[in-house]
Amino acid sequence: MTHAIAQFAAIVATALFIFSLYWMNDPKTARRGVVAGVTAMVVAVLATWIQPEIVHHGWVVLAILAGFLVGVPLSRVPLTAVPQRTALSHAFGGLAAGLVGTAEFFLGLTENPAQLTAFRTSAIVAEVILGFLTFTGSLMAAGKLQEVKWIPQRPVTYPGQNVVNIGVLVIAAALGVLVVVHPTAAWSGHAFYAIVGLAVLFGVLLIIPIGGADMPTVISILNSYAGLSAVAMGFVLNNKLLVTAGALDGSSGLILSIIMCRAMNRSFTNVLFGAFGTVQKAAAVGEQKEWKQETVEGAAQLLEQANLVVIIPGYGMAVAQAQHKVRELYDHLTKRGIAVKFAIHPVAGRMPGHMNVLLAEANIPYTALAEMDDINPDMPQCDVALVIGANDVVNPAARYAKGSPIYGMPIIDADKAKTVVAVKRSKNPGFAGIDNELYVQDNTWMLFGDAKGVIGDLVRQLGGGGLH
Amino acid sequence: MTVDYWSMLFVFVLATFIGLGVIRRVSRLLYTPLMSLTNAISAIAVVGSIVVAGADYPVTIRILGAVALFASMTNIVSGFLITDRMLKMFKKQ
Repeated sequence: MTHAIAQFAAIVATALFIFSLYWMNDPKTARRGVVAGVTAMVVAVLATWIQPEIVHHGWVVLAILAGFLVGVPLSRVPLTAVPQRTALSHAFGGLAAGLVGTAEFFLGLTENPAQLTAFRTSAIVAEVILGFLTFTGSLMAAGKLQEVKWIPQRPVTYPGQNVVNIGVLVIAAALGVLVVVHPTAAWSGHAFYAIVGLAVLFGVLLIIPIGGADMPTVISILNSYAGLSAVAMGFVLNNKLLVTAGALDGSSGLILSIIMCRAMNRSFTNVLFGAFGTVQKAAAVGEQKEWKQETVEGAAQLLEQANLVVIIPGYGMAVAQAQHKVRELYDHLTKRGIAVKFAIHPVAGRMPGHMNVLLAEANIPYTALAEMDDINPDMPQCDVALVIGANDVVNPAARYAKGSPIYGMPIIDADKAKTVVAVKRSKNPGFAGIDNELYVQDNTWMLFGDAKGVIGDLVRQLGGGGLH
Repeated sequence: MTVDYWSMLFVFVLATFIGLGVIRRVSRLLYTPLMSLTNAISAIAVVGSIVVAGADYPVTIRILGAVALFASMTNIVSGFLITDRMLKMFKKQ
């Protein structure tokens, strides 16, 4: 009887999960998706918990309570910290899969060797490798995003790095094959530990050569791995619900990775093994042009006289927490009848959709946000393109500079606007270490300073009160 | 335990195609909440963890299960809560 309930619950939960994702196709229905997801989860947990083999209820209650204790504060992080929270949750997902795989292996080894069939052992090995590499890889990514001191922010590279990385993975896979062929050999437990260790190591090695600008892609790939490790767990535990939910997560990560890669004109392998950001600019620009610095008063005047202003936000806006000031600027401009659009590059920020969430937090209506492909045709009509803390995504060098690491990357055509006002923290080049000639164009005016401060000054200027 | 692995693979392939079809339609505005939502959904691994933590297994095994259960539960709770928190912010006007 309880078995039938569990099967039925799994079907209900599967359907609800699919609806949950389906409703994400529109911001209007999206919150319904959360309700569906939560319902599915509660149904699935209860149906599992009532199974007769669950006897240690205290353990289950304690672990669930601990999950709430950590989970609730984790859901209240500031939105600028969402990328690291996401990476951390991929780590938790990987850890859970790795631990369950380990438990199932040793359970088979000590209690019931007949369970370690070739298929099941392969699934366990896949689960453990995927799980633990996702665990440490995501922890490293979270550390980099959080700018933890002892994790280097800049990509770390050394000669033969790819050989070492691939070697580690190949050894782990080879040991996995040995364990699958001889699951009950005297040494199989040790070999299994070695697989775990190598997977843990591989996760770290995979992330150290990756820099911040690649984080949107890497987070998506780790998302996919976390989903696949759940799929492997489903195979191990003979649980179709797990396989389905894991596949949904895995395909979501896959689609996001493809979109992110396309948005940077790079391949998966190039992201994972290419060590973006170490490539320093080789070709020197013929003549060194100078920035033209503008005053806040001058920039405010430019904005006031515009009919269409396109704001292009980047990671700099997130770092400076400038989104609320940007909202004030948006209000001032729209009040004067100026059309204001936000141009969002798919890889702006540190994770897919990062800018959208920050702007939504600041109460900017989502109808004012435009995708790169939708806004680019309008850029020649744009009077002022206001670039806030974005760099590589507006660098015209991506169109023609063949040697440049960002060559071929689709960009927002800020340079085609009638005038460009760029807010930039410092005079250093952007993440990729490439000069941005947008900044030295004849019609570009620079405002140097912290985005929050500069936009705040602009708002005060537009408010009519003046600066002093 | 005899397991029909072929039907499991079958489910996996079909679910992946459903996933690709559904995710492709997700609004580009919502990629960040999408990621936290799918994260919470894949924490359905919780059902496996409950069995490992709560069944009558040796203590070391159950400890592994309990830690896995804790990790999955953290993802479920923080994933759904933060997804909803973000989605609340998306307003038309």
